[in-house]
Amino acid sequence: MGNMKLTLKIWRQSGPNDKGRMETYPVHDVSEDMSFLEMLDVLNDQLVRKGKDPIAFDHDCREGICGMCSLFINGEAHGPGRGITTCQLHMRKFKDGDTIYVEPWRSTAFPVIKDLATNRSAFDRIQAAGGFVSVNTSGNLVDGNAVPIPKHDADKAFDAATCIGCGACVATCPNGSAMLFTAAKVSQLALLPQGRPEAKRRALAMVEQMDKEGFGNCSNTGACEVECPKGISLEHIARLNREYLAATVTKE
Amino acid sequence: MARSAILGSSLAKKYWMALTGLFLSVFLIAHLAGNLQLLDMSPEGQLKFNAYAKFMTTFPVVKAVSYLLYFSILFHAFDGILLAFQNRKARPVRYAKENAGANRSWASGNMALLGTLILVFLVIHMKRFWYEMHWGGLGLDADGNKDLYAVVAAAFSELWYVALYVASMAVLAFHLLHGFQSSFQSLGLNHPRYTPIIKSVGVFFGVVVPILFALIPVWMFVNR
Amino acid sequence: MALDSKIPPGPIDKKWTYHKGHMRIVAPANKRRIDVIVVGTGLAGGAAAASLAEMGYNVKAFCFQDSARRAHSIAAQGGINAAKNYQNDGDSTYRLFYDTVKGGDYRAREANVYRLAEVSANIIDQCVAQGVPFARDYGGLLDNRSFGGVQVSRTFYARGQTGQQLLLGAYSALMRQVGKGAVQMFDRHEMLDVVIVDGKARGIIARNLITGEIERHGAHAVLLCTGGYGNVFFLSTNAMGSNVTAAWKAHKRGAYFGNPCYTQIHPTCIPVSGTHQSKLTLMSESLRNDGRIWVPKNLEDAKAIRDGRKKGSDIPEADRDYYLERRYPAFGNLVPRDVASRAAKERCDAGYGVNKTGEAVYLDFSAAIERYGKQQANILKIENPSKEKITELGRAVVSEKYGNLFDMYENIVGENPYDHAMKIYPAVHYTMGGLWVDYNLQTTVPGLFALGEANFSDHGANRLGASALMQGLADGYFVIPYTVGDYLADDIRTGPIDTKRPEFDAAEKEVTDRINHFLNNKGSKPVDEFHRRLGKVMWDKCGMARNAQGLQEAIAEIRQIREEFYRDVRVTGKANEFNQELEKAGRVADFLELGELMCVDALNRKESCGGHFREEYAETEGPQQGEAKRDDANYAYVAAWEWTGDAGKANLHKEPLTFEEVKLTQRSYK
Repeated sequence: MGNMKLTLKIWRQSGPNDKGRMETYPVHDVSEDMSFLEMLDVLNDQLVRKGKDPIAFDHDCREGICGMCSLFINGEAHGPGRGITTCQLHMRKFKDGDTIYVEPWRSTAFPVIKDLATNRSAFDRIQAAGGFVSVNTSGNLVDGNAVPIPKHDADKAFDAATCIGCGACVATCPNGSAMLFTAAKVSQLALLPQGRPEAKRRALAMVEQMDKEGFGNCSNTGACEVECPKGISLEHIARLNREYLAATVTKE
Repeated sequence: MARSAILGSSLAKKYWMALTGLFLSVFLIAHLAGNLQLLDMSPEGQLKFNAYAKFMTTFPVVKAVSYLLYFSILFHAFDGILLAFQNRKARPVRYAKENAGANRSWASGNMALLGTLILVFLVIHMKRFWYEMHWGGLGLDADGNKDLYAVVAAAFSELWYVALYVASMAVLAFHLLHGFQSSFQSLGLNHPRYTPIIKSVGVFFGVVVPILFALIPVWMFVNR
Repeated sequence: MALDSKIPPGPIDKKWTYHKGHMRIVAPANKRRIDVIVVGTGLAGGAAAASLAEMGYNVKAFCFQDSARRAHSIAAQGGINAAKNYQNDGDSTYRLFYDTVKGGDYRAREANVYRLAEVSANIIDQCVAQGVPFARDYGGLLDNRSFGGVQVSRTFYARGQTGQQLLLGAYSALMRQVGKGAVQMFDRHEMLDVVIVDGKARGIIARNLITGEIERHGAHAVLLCTGGYGNVFFLSTNAMGSNVTAAWKAHKRGAYFGNPCYTQIHPTCIPVSGTHQSKLTLMSESLRNDGRIWVPKNLEDAKAIRDGRKKGSDIPEADRDYYLERRYPAFGNLVPRDVASRAAKERCDAGYGVNKTGEAVYLDFSAAIERYGKQQANILKIENPSKEKITELGRAVVSEKYGNLFDMYENIVGENPYDHAMKIYPAVHYTMGGLWVDYNLQTTVPGLFALGEANFSDHGANRLGASALMQGLADGYFVIPYTVGDYLADDIRTGPIDTKRPEFDAAEKEVTDRINHFLNNKGSKPVDEFHRRLGKVMWDKCGMARNAQGLQEAIAEIRQIREEFYRDVRVTGKANEFNQELEKAGRVADFLELGELMCVDALNRKESCGGHFREEYAETEGPQQGEAKRDDANYAYVAAWEWTGDAGKANLHKEPLTFEEVKLTQRSYK
């Protein structure tokens, strides 16, 4: 056990219909080797032993790849630090005696389920609208090497494809826009020859769904790029803008 | 509010913001070129300025462009307000603590506020000059042109107006600092090689143009 | 019931083709009348749900995460094997098959493994077509790397995130079907029981994790693609939510559990830092290509390091014990996972561990940094480079190769691995055991299938690197679409499954009773406390090395913890709300039974093979002294356990393993 003492200001909300409020929790025995989520585990352990309702928060892999963890910590998505998710944030980033604000992602499209857990199904619906290549499973597809793909394009597509769908871009954007998420998928598939046949349809359909979900509008603040745990570049938003513009102009 | 058909999707709105914004930026250069003539406060300079003003309000091509300009201003403002309204709706509960400085420039996060201030300035500005030029009872100068110079000189002899003007140019500078490069991004014009150049040009444009604009009232006030 | 593995007749390379040609299929019009439930949306589940929906079945897919994209397949780093032979280095279906059987220490079913190798090439084609951005070389063709002790380069990869890219490919195929309405997606739903009607799996009971509502879902077949059970050890590289509940409920409803004791312990993980630890993080196996593993030669040095009086860099070269290089001169630091893990444990048990807890060894890059530095100096034509210059150049090379891993390490440990040797220790990573399935991936319950890590079938007693992804996708894309049809051909006239049947009533009541027990149990300790205790027992006594006495003790201790758990666990909150403590309670309850069965299985298997190492069954003399000793005469079988109402009294059924293609030999890395 460590010896840091912290004051946590945490959003508590019993369910979607509760108004919710910030509550203050002292937490002790925090070690600097703990991850932020392990620190919350310690707090929850203390709460359960007192018979109190522990704090609900989403998490799963705890190694920064599943995209399940969220949390707006001290005013930033996934807290201070770049290129990491909340589960990769360690307490050595904080000092003994610090006060830490912990809030859920705030977006109309991500309603709070309980406390810090939100519903991000809007992302699934955007994906379902067109984030795929329409190819059925078959044992008789063309050989993987039949169409060479320039390394540069494959690498760029990979950079976009590293999106973990955590929603930090939406949470951090002052407009609550989901452009970085949507762009990452459109861009990945637009860069690959396999994705080209449906590129126009995909851009139109995914943006339409994105708008329907109630996300805000991108105003190019670039905040998403900074807070994205995978460092996905604004370049991909520009590519979506191009793809969509071309699709709109040439639509029959 | 439902997304109107004319404005279309969130991306269509971006394109229109970018296009009208870039057009307004080009206009700023033309406007500035005209205004810089005010620095010549000699009697000949005054006559030249008035002749220029007449040309700008009567030459058919310029007139046609000016209608496009009015439309752009109104559209840019309307679209911007609509965007701001929708963006606000996208986050009904605000964060208790938000460290905006960590990930974005102040200007980029406050474009709607900056734009609104510019709009307010524009109303005052146009009432004072544009309205007067078109429909006000202006006297004529020695060449028989409407004496807009006198109106300008009068305005820029009032300290509060000069201060308002300079402050508004500061606001404009911040609006441009984000807006210029942002419009290229919105149109998808992003390239690892050229984007840094666009950004540098944007900074240069956003700083130099408002400073030159602001210089004129200060100059005229000091030399009144 | 006798186990029938339903291996098709014919030579090994014709079996699958023959089987496909002779299976019954369901006509397109009839598929529309058939419902299939897929539980889990990882590589196996996502691929299966998408493929079956494309074929025309009505699919309902379930996952406990908030989105199908989050399944733990996403965390796989290294790559996926496929017998493409793009490198012209002599790879073939047969070689992949052979390597997998041998790597599994001859405890896998030959026919299944051959089929896996056979369809592996299709997987790559399928994924490329889906837009998976595999690594490519400058010619635009797919790149390969070599992996885990095989002699060819057959591993396809997408930087260190291959699992993520493959899963997102399967997820996109799944979401395409969701968009079409062919798959109904139930995320944040946890399967809590399987419903058996007239001896066949006909549906599941699931809890909506947001509202707490208990739901009944009927279907003509149920596919469990629910992953492994490594979290029985509490600390593992698995995701926090990974659990055995679905498989365990199936086991309790009649599905036999195959080889539960086969666990893979990965040698290069970041060591435990304290009692708060919630999970362990894997460092890619590729680090062993350049890092040298060592501990101090002298106990005093090790103690001084543990007490913080010395640092690793203070120990002179002569006082370091590069124990893998010493014990296995031929393979050195590149011995297979199970061997490397056991060797680390042996040193730490002997008192040579190098961190506070005494459970860590060094993975040192200083030699590699120096070597690369000198190389670079030569390339750059720097004459008489200074020591500092060499270090600087060498670090740049190491950073290029492993930079992201080094950053990840520094982030977690708070120590720069360029300056101080990395500390690593083995951790539970994968479970080869799982539900017993026949060649068709059907469990002993008709209509209940198990795919991917959830089944036991392809990896024997030890899985090779980059084979888990291959198996998950093979099962989901290319095996189950055929084999499930063979089963469902009988169901074209069945009509929708009626979920008002008494079997559903009974199953639902059991589920609600259990939930109510937890919530009304006014105990004093949180769920995690019991989970940690179980994990410690499992790790100490059923982990990297096992012996009869330890296993017997473990069984007694687990029973004790289980009894205490039901008596004294405290679960806060209500049933009809989002309640993460309640979710955990249900999962830990199942782990507490599974853990016992694992010990029973480990106790029964009086041999050492792959990940299962019994201290009593090691070579006592000769060059292989101390190494695992298999007993092919008595234990060349799959242990399939039948539930009898008590994990400790499970019935053992044996499926004999016959090897017609591969000759059984002892693995040697000396």
